[in-house]
Amino acid sequence: MAFESLTEKLQNVFKKLRGKGRLTEEDVKTALKEVKMALLEADVNFKVVKQFTKSVQERAVGADVMNGLNPGQMVVKIVNEELVSLMGSDMKELPLKPGSEITVIMLAGLQGAGKTTTVAKLGGLLKKNGRKPLLVAADVYRAAAIKQLQVNGEKQGLTVFSMGDKISPVNIAKGALEYARENQFNVVLIDTAGRLHVDEEMMQELSDIKEAVNVDFTLLVVDAMTGQDAVNVAKAFTDKVGIDGVIVTKLDGDTRGGAALSIKAVTGTPILYAGMGEKLNDLEPFYPDRMASRILGMGDVMSLIEKVEASVDKEQAQEMQKKFKKMDFDFNDYLTSMEQMNKMGGIGSILNMLPGLGGKNKDIEGMIDESQLQRTKSIILSMTPAERSNPSILNLSRKNRIAKGAGVDISEVNRLVKQFEQSKKMMKQMPGLMSGKSGMRGGFRLPF
Amino acid sequence: MAEKKKGLFSRLVSGLSKTRDNIVAGFDSLFLGYDVIDDDFYEELEEILVMADIGINATTAILDDLKEKVSEQHIRRPQECRQLLINSIKEQMAVGEADYEFENGRSVVLVIGVNGVGKTTSIGKLASLLKDDGKRVILAAADTFRAAAVEQLSQWADRAGVDIICGQEGADPASVVYDAVAAAKARKADILICDTAGRLHNKKNLMSELNKIYRILEKEYQDAILETLVVVDGTTGQNALVQAREFSEAAKINGIILTKLDGTAKGGIAVAIQSELGIPVKYIGVGEKIDDLQRFDADSFVNALFEVPEESSDREEI
Ligand SMILES: Nc1nc2c(ncn2[C@@H]2O[C@H](COP(=O)(O)OP(=O)(O)OP(=O)(O)O)[C@@H](O)[C@H]2O)c(=O)[nH]1
Ligand SMILES: [Mg+2]
Repeated sequence: MAFESLTEKLQNVFKKLRGKGRLTEEDVKTALKEVKMALLEADVNFKVVKQFTKSVQERAVGADVMNGLNPGQMVVKIVNEELVSLMGSDMKELPLKPGSEITVIMLAGLQGAGKTTTVAKLGGLLKKNGRKPLLVAADVYRAAAIKQLQVNGEKQGLTVFSMGDKISPVNIAKGALEYARENQFNVVLIDTAGRLHVDEEMMQELSDIKEAVNVDFTLLVVDAMTGQDAVNVAKAFTDKVGIDGVIVTKLDGDTRGGAALSIKAVTGTPILYAGMGEKLNDLEPFYPDRMASRILGMGDVMSLIEKVEASVDKEQAQEMQKKFKKMDFDFNDYLTSMEQMNKMGGIGSILNMLPGLGGKNKDIEGMIDESQLQRTKSIILSMTPAERSNPSILNLSRKNRIAKGAGVDISEVNRLVKQFEQSKKMMKQMPGLMSGKSGMRGGFRLPF
Repeated sequence: MAEKKKGLFSRLVSGLSKTRDNIVAGFDSLFLGYDVIDDDFYEELEEILVMADIGINATTAILDDLKEKVSEQHIRRPQECRQLLINSIKEQMAVGEADYEFENGRSVVLVIGVNGVGKTTSIGKLASLLKDDGKRVILAAADTFRAAAVEQLSQWADRAGVDIICGQEGADPASVVYDAVAAAKARKADILICDTAGRLHNKKNLMSELNKIYRILEKEYQDAILETLVVVDGTTGQNALVQAREFSEAAKINGIILTKLDGTAKGGIAVAIQSELGIPVKYIGVGEKIDDLQRFDADSFVNALFEVPEESSDREEI
């Protein structure tokens, strides 16, 4: 199989790239050549691959190679991180309007992408979340499309609005909104006919619907198996209609799904859901990390990297425990533990590793302000290396400069320094916690 | 013949337009921008083929073949190299009269493929095409799974003016096929075409259900030619190769219907499938209307892919 030979090839290339220290331009170029092939094999658009590898190259040259990885693997690690951040987005759910206000959502895409099924799935999901969705059959072209939505809607216990196939989709949408208002539906989900992105008339129809009923969110439904053409499709729908989110379907297949990356790169809109099967509850949130390793398809390398990361974390943890004992814990360590914490999935999952906290986790979690942590991080990053390793030199003028650099009030800097001192004191009082035996299972410390 | 060819070609050209312009622009600049055939030249060529969804493996095979010929024939000019490339893909994709034998005898056509590729629509179109050739056609609605699938095929049967054998939604598709074979025999149909539910090739149980349908046709309809066509969406990337391979495990595949070539996708994956699995494309779908199905023509397809004007393609055959 094509893909296996690629992985093999990759392994061979990596073997040649031995040595430690920093990634040289040569290392990065050699490894990226293979990464490029892997991405192409996964159907990531050629131009996207080119752009992507270029930006990774800039980031990777000169980066430190982690202990236990060779330069090639280090590049893959960086590639994976970049893929995850490229495909992720802050918006994870549709911000629906509150209460009885109606949110209008329109699904659009090529023929056979899976819109009708997805409309029914999304309706079911929203219903489960306490919404009252109305499904709208606005595909008046494909044979039996209306019936398909009706049957699926019925299975989900959802109301399907239809006016037959003799009325224009724009008028159906208008009628649906009227019906929704009269009958207290608060989400309207419009199923549109599949269409080619080069069919100007049909693309105009989408814009017309959008305008006629003030569609809040237009979601592009894309088949995960799409090839190089995905960028043209995504671009056309973005330019001609405008889209607010993406749903990738048929991910229960074995496609590598590079189209997801292409589309995110082209549209910049969040990928919200993944279709995972033909059953009507097979709609899941989209996980950029899963998608990244699927596209990269380098299972072996990825699991090695994870192992190395875990052991490096352990090394770091032991190192830090020593520091705690010697009491030379400084802001650099503080920063490291914050980063580790993020990697572990945030504060919540770390609290779960702490024995004896029991049901109190939720309360503590509620007390922690994530944006506060972010500010703390930027304060530390605004310190000079000397200040970080020796906090005692922090005088007023230094603190002022730091506050400016981090864009916070000086009182916040003061608070952090004080907190830091306190936690140092606390460490001293709890040698048991830091010994790692009876203490925290994972050996993680909290930076506060 | 020339008339027909032109129709298909211009249709393909208009269908495959926009993106292909980029590709072709890339292609032309490639051939014009190089004085010599060197590694850089091949590398850029590889990129262009990959972008047409041909895939890295098939691309490598094609390029290896090209390199061999270039050195054998002492070719120096990139332009000549281009013609060579076009010819070798044409040669590889060519279908012969024998590939359409089932159209003329008593036969049963089993249409399979993953979800949403255009199976039902293609069956409607194929039924119409064959009926226009004077054949007596019957359809079997063996997609008893997807909502309103039976109704969808019934509408196509009406449009094409052919008979249809239906089962209830949720019924065993194998029993529908069984009944349809009996009906085809009783009504002395020339061609029976069976629609099946879309299924992803990595679902074991659905693939064995398909195998069961295939075996029923083999066993119950022995005096008919069994023609299995897998429908591939022309927009699909490399996964179509896996699809073709996996479907071949459940049924012996005789050909491909390549759909949605009226968009901007180039359908290069068909070259990859032919190259790696030896399965020929027999029909192409170029739209949603009843006459938007055509017999595959390798010359037109490859010309359209590389946008060679029709005259020059005729000339080059001399
Ligand atoms: N533009 C274009 N659309 C096509 C073509 N062939 C089929 N379609 C459209 O693709 C969509 C899916 O077609 P179907 O025939 O329902 O596909 P299917 O494979 O039977 O789908 P399932 O039975 O649900 O798996 C429909 O909207 C068709 O109109 C084609 O050649 N070009
Ligand atoms: Mg169908």
